Amino acid sequence: MKIGAPKETFSGEKRVAMTPQSAAALKKLGYDCLIESGAGEAARFSDAAYAEAGVKVVASAAELWAEADIVSKVRAPTPEEVELARSGQIVVSFVYPAQNAELLESLKARGVTALAMDMVPRISRAQKMDALSSMANIAGYRAVIEAGENFGRFFTGQVTAAGKVPPAKVLVVGAGVAGLAAIGTATSLGAIVYAFDVRPEVAEQIESMGAEFVYLDFAETLQDGATTGGYAAPSSPEFREKQLEKFRELAPDIDIVITTALIPGRPAPKLWTKDMVEAMKPGSVVVDLAAEQGGNCDLTKPGKMFETKNGVRIVGYTDLASRMATQASTLYGNNIRHMMDDLTPGKDGQPVVNMEDDVIRGATVTHAGAVTYPPPPPKVQAIAVQKPKPKAVEETPEQKAARELAEFRKSSNRTTALLVVGTVLTLLVGTVAPVSFMQHFIVFALSCFVGFYVIWNVSHALHTPLMAITNGISSIIILGALLQMGSGSVFVILLAALATLMASVNIFGGFLVTRRMLAMFQKS
Amino acid sequence: MSLGLVSAFYLAAAILFILALGGLSNQEKAKRAIWYGIVGMALAVVATIFGGSGHYWLLAPMVIIGGVVGAFIASRVQMTQMPELVAGFHSLVGLAAVFIGLNADVEAHRAAQAIADGTVDQLRGFALTLAHKTPAELAIMRVEIFLGILIGAITFTGSIVAYGKLAGKIASKPLTLPGRHAINIGAGLVCLLLGILYFAGAGIWTMVLVALIAGFIGWHLIMAIGGADMPVVISMLNSYSGWAAAAIGFTLSNDLLIVTGALVGSSGAILSYIMCKAMNRNFVSVILGGFGGASGPAMEIEGEMVAIDVDGVAAMLDDADSVVLVPGYGMAVAQAQQSVAELVKRLRGKGKEVRFGIHPVAGRLPGHMNVLLAEAKVPYDIVLEMDEINEDFPTTDVAIVIGSNDIVNPAAQEDPNSPIAGMPVLEVWKAKHVLVLKRGQGTGYSGIENPLFYKDNTRMFYGDAKKSLDELLTKIH
Repeated sequence: MKIGAPKETFSGEKRVAMTPQSAAALKKLGYDCLIESGAGEAARFSDAAYAEAGVKVVASAAELWAEADIVSKVRAPTPEEVELARSGQIVVSFVYPAQNAELLESLKARGVTALAMDMVPRISRAQKMDALSSMANIAGYRAVIEAGENFGRFFTGQVTAAGKVPPAKVLVVGAGVAGLAAIGTATSLGAIVYAFDVRPEVAEQIESMGAEFVYLDFAETLQDGATTGGYAAPSSPEFREKQLEKFRELAPDIDIVITTALIPGRPAPKLWTKDMVEAMKPGSVVVDLAAEQGGNCDLTKPGKMFETKNGVRIVGYTDLASRMATQASTLYGNNIRHMMDDLTPGKDGQPVVNMEDDVIRGATVTHAGAVTYPPPPPKVQAIAVQKPKPKAVEETPEQKAARELAEFRKSSNRTTALLVVGTVLTLLVGTVAPVSFMQHFIVFALSCFVGFYVIWNVSHALHTPLMAITNGISSIIILGALLQMGSGSVFVILLAALATLMASVNIFGGFLVTRRMLAMFQKS
Repeated sequence: MSLGLVSAFYLAAAILFILALGGLSNQEKAKRAIWYGIVGMALAVVATIFGGSGHYWLLAPMVIIGGVVGAFIASRVQMTQMPELVAGFHSLVGLAAVFIGLNADVEAHRAAQAIADGTVDQLRGFALTLAHKTPAELAIMRVEIFLGILIGAITFTGSIVAYGKLAGKIASKPLTLPGRHAINIGAGLVCLLLGILYFAGAGIWTMVLVALIAGFIGWHLIMAIGGADMPVVISMLNSYSGWAAAAIGFTLSNDLLIVTGALVGSSGAILSYIMCKAMNRNFVSVILGGFGGASGPAMEIEGEMVAIDVDGVAAMLDDADSVVLVPGYGMAVAQAQQSVAELVKRLRGKGKEVRFGIHPVAGRLPGHMNVLLAEAKVPYDIVLEMDEINEDFPTTDVAIVIGSNDIVNPAAQEDPNSPIAGMPVLEVWKAKHVLVLKRGQGTGYSGIENPLFYKDNTRMFYGDAKKSLDELLTKIH
């Protein structure tokens, strides 16, 4: 079968759904690849590069749609493109079926099977084809870069000969994929980063990336992110109030705000209000990643950057991923490639739309002349339900001291008990045993103690040589055999000779193998 | 040679042995310490031979043949075969103890006969010593002979079974006879009864029987223990061979034997303790065999195993600054040490920080991994113990797990129902990426599911460890 990627027709869209790299992987799945001439130009992939990767370059979109069995795109197909499609063709792209009911109808009418990359369920198996996450990651990164472009200072604090430079303070609202990418980028540039999210379970992730989680003083059992597929759910008005209050308190201090809060299927929540923008210092920057859904900031103008009267720049670009077209195309191309991987179980270039498969079922929005959106809930729970973690009780120094004392007492008691029992037993033996035995017994007991202290100091790395050398040493038993060799009894001599033989094997073997082993240990 | 001079030699030998063991506290000192042990042994043997042995015409060839055989084995053995070698050597000590114990009884009778006949002055060596013993001392000696033979026989058969299991000649699966605890207890009681009979004056036949029954106990005990518990078993047998020597030392009234036996005995005991601690198992439950059963349903595992190909691994390692390798017995099985060492050498050549994390029970013998890595010329200062490296995992870029399973199982910490709950493990999952080299998707031979393989930051690199690594080496220069 043939898989093709046309040039994106949406104005300003620089991404492309196939790269020379992803084409190579697709070929391994048994597909022949097509690309419209110039499709990769904006993302810096030349026709020559495609040709080199074995992709057939076709002159026009019409030709490509006619020849390809599977068409992969970035943006949803336009009405003109739907005209070009034919029955049985598979189209893979972003679709946003909730907002594009008309498109679904027209695709259905054409008999096209449409796979929506934005509908891939968020389960671990499907992470490799989660294009929303790939794009969000890029957007988060780019948001920091855009902020830097519009911000007149360093991110990192420095002490230079000319004077001290304070570090920039960045607040990231919403710690999803984009938020975490922004946190990572901003911290690695040296900024002091604060982050907020309504899902308290992400606090750990935020802190692990080097940002500080902004805690709210709010007693409500918050909804678990697991029930909403890992996305945030709308919060109660009281909670929202508390949240805005906290932001208001932070606003005068913050240099850069990056908002990424989205609730699936709803307009973006307004979290950065007009008065907060007014409270910010001149030269501060707000980057609103939710601009396309109306923006988290009251003042955001989608697709534009402007400066408010008090000198705060508000960036509302909606094409952040497209602004990094090469990177975005590479990741998107890989997402498509992984999707095709799942779609081609036989690795023979024959796609199978298996409607029993959670991932493929979720992504398929039209199939076999029917609209198949919305999908039934996936059989696999999206994200493991977070079990409430019992908080480790911090013990006070007094408690610690008390516990240590109790432990010490316990171990002292045990030692004392052992010593008492040992003494009593020794005394009992002493009452019946002859003096000569007791003398040997003293030697024995002291040797055990010496052995105990000596062996505890042996390095763990040398335990095998230790066993080998004790092997050799325990053959000291040969002395017994040697002493008995002088006997007049043939039986005794025979057994003693055999014991000597065995012990000799052991002595030589044990010591020599230890020596061989120890010689191997070399320092770098 | 006078008795005083012999004793002086013995004292020197005892001190040298203690120094030899003490020297194992670090790798450089150890290379010198081994000579203390050799010289000590030589002094003891020479002093004994010239101080009252006899029949040199038989003695000399025995020592020479034994020495040649021992030296031959020592020079030929593979380092992966160390566990079975150690087990095999233990069996020799055990059998020697049984022989010497039986001899002591025969000699005691000869001495008693000589006293009755008034021909004591014709006796030589050990029999002469016996002739001067008081009845109380002789009674105590019977107890010692009994103990020496009992422990010696258990050590002998137990070590042979351990050898067979380690060398793959006997299936490593635990043998569980019905009522096996009752069998062991019964056999033990019969031994005790025979011991009491012997103490009361019954003949040498009781001791021969004790040797046979104790041999059965040793065989049965170790047959019931699975392959994973072998490190404990070998340490325990090591300890027994020491106690057997000490018991014989009491019988022969020889302080050097007592000192050395006690040293070896406590060494083995401590090693067993360390191994049990590292597996969070009770010593008694290990020895009686069988795994402590699960106490509830195992935690469900979320996620899936994600495979990675050789290019992915090469790229991952290329990006990493710090790498920690966690080898297990699987590495030795695949004979991948050389490839691992080569990989480490190349990564270090690129200026990356590469270290090893060794779990105390990795391998089939305490410290086995260290020896295998040393053989492959991995410098020992980058081979760290579990406690030394565990704190460093959060700052590690890539943790590579090669042929180990239970020792990196997070269930030990997360799932209180897991059979290995509470066992200290290497916390590899805290590293940024975890790479697991594994033959296939199944559980390891412990049969415990490992949630590590399903973690988000884990990638599975399937295939024979050596082949996978050799392929990887073609990508990393």
